[in-house]
Amino acid sequence: MASVGEPLVKIRDLHYSRDKNHIFKGVDVDIARGGVTAVMGPSGTGKTTLLKLIGGQLYPDSGTIHIDGQDVHKMKTSDLYRLRMRMGMLFQSGALLTDISVFENVAYPLREHTPLPESMIRKLVLLKLEAVGLRGARDLMPSELSGGMARRVALARAIALDPGMIMYDEPFTGQDPISMGVLVKLIRSLNDASRLTSIVVSHDVQETAGIADYIYLISDGKVVDQGVPEKMMDSRSEWSRQFMKGLPDGPAAFHYRAPELEQDLMG
Amino acid sequence: MLDPLARLGRAGIDTLEQIGRGHLLLLGILSGFADLARRPRLLIAQLYAVGVLSLLIVAVSGTFVGMVLSLQGYYILSQFGAEQTLGVMVAASLVRELGPVVAALLFAGRAGSALTAEIGLMAATEQLSGLEMMAVNPVKRILAPRFLAGFISMPLLAAIFSALGVVGGYFVGVGLLGVDDGAFWSQMQAKIDLQGDVRNGVIKSLVFGFVCTWIALFQGYYAVPTAEGVSRATTRTVVHSSLAVLGLDFILTALMFGD
Repeated sequence: MASVGEPLVKIRDLHYSRDKNHIFKGVDVDIARGGVTAVMGPSGTGKTTLLKLIGGQLYPDSGTIHIDGQDVHKMKTSDLYRLRMRMGMLFQSGALLTDISVFENVAYPLREHTPLPESMIRKLVLLKLEAVGLRGARDLMPSELSGGMARRVALARAIALDPGMIMYDEPFTGQDPISMGVLVKLIRSLNDASRLTSIVVSHDVQETAGIADYIYLISDGKVVDQGVPEKMMDSRSEWSRQFMKGLPDGPAAFHYRAPELEQDLMG
Repeated sequence: MLDPLARLGRAGIDTLEQIGRGHLLLLGILSGFADLARRPRLLIAQLYAVGVLSLLIVAVSGTFVGMVLSLQGYYILSQFGAEQTLGVMVAASLVRELGPVVAALLFAGRAGSALTAEIGLMAATEQLSGLEMMAVNPVKRILAPRFLAGFISMPLLAAIFSALGVVGGYFVGVGLLGVDDGAFWSQMQAKIDLQGDVRNGVIKSLVFGFVCTWIALFQGYYAVPTAEGVSRATTRTVVHSSLAVLGLDFILTALMFGD
């Protein structure tokens, strides 16, 4: 067991490639206990992949990921599953089971992992759904939900077992301004009230910077900058400033690699 | 010069990799059976989806196949004056061959393709990943009950196929073509052997159920998680299952009936 001062998640020299794409080329990240750590970066930098590596769903080419002092990729499957019971993950798509209702989706981890009686499960599910504002939607099927609602149900499911760590994959995408505000507050208050450790992967700069204690910026397979949000806004790195302020001009290109437009059009 | 050779090598390695993955998946599925004893409802739901919902197509096909068998058989047998043995011919063809084989082909088309599409879409929409992150093993929780349901359903469906085939054959042979009622049944009773015919047919359908469900689940679980990927996997399920059934049928028949 690692000591309390140690980071909960320690990623060292992580390399990962898919097909011939080098997604990570030596990433070092520390996730502090009890804090909200944001991992940000342009689309396609492998933020979701990073969460899957932390959750032990993908194997790195080299490098290590330690959670609470244990190497995730050297654990026995049964230990890994036990570790996952203390982890919640909010998938970008929600990843709700489509053949059962909202209520049953949130109840699923409780039914799987606890011997709680039905009456207790009902109360817990309703409380979790209340937290995300969807208690009234309990009888709907996932196909009847909008993308934003599905993600809120998924959040209720992720916190059903009161995990010690939650990973949020793009929690703000597709939310209307009201639910966005509630979600931002919810992530922060969940973190503080239950002494959780949260990892938020996002490219919504304002919302994320508003609740994060520490930010990592990842681009082109590497951590390009890191620091507390205030520092990042006025970072010395031109790249970080461009990303954090959403400026069109700067070292980071908006266009995917391509030949000159004129040359392309003229064939 | 080296290109075709390298491609051949890559194809060989890919095939071996697939076989390895398939067997590892099967081991995972089999290790999930212990859990099923504690959650019989998971199995019952799948028995319904895989078995009961395939019942109609199997029953209708069985009846028609029996009717056609009777028509064709009568035409040949009557040339030798042996139309009284029509019952034996219909029942033996169904129990030994057509029951297990055609029911398995229908099963691959009806239930196998549905299993592949379901599992493939669950993977594409991250539902399987979601289960893993909830510390629920999708191979044990989702795949194992479907596999066992397929394995149990297949011999039952084949038996229903054969039984209705015999009934269909009876209606055509006795009802329409005028074969003697008593001869139809008594010849069948005398010549169809419980050990040699019925048991071997059941063994065949157990093997086909095992293989078809395994292929369907494997294709779904490892489908490329896109619309096109799932559609290709579904097609592969039907093609691979059908070829496997026909190939295995030849081997099993040679082992069982070829002295």
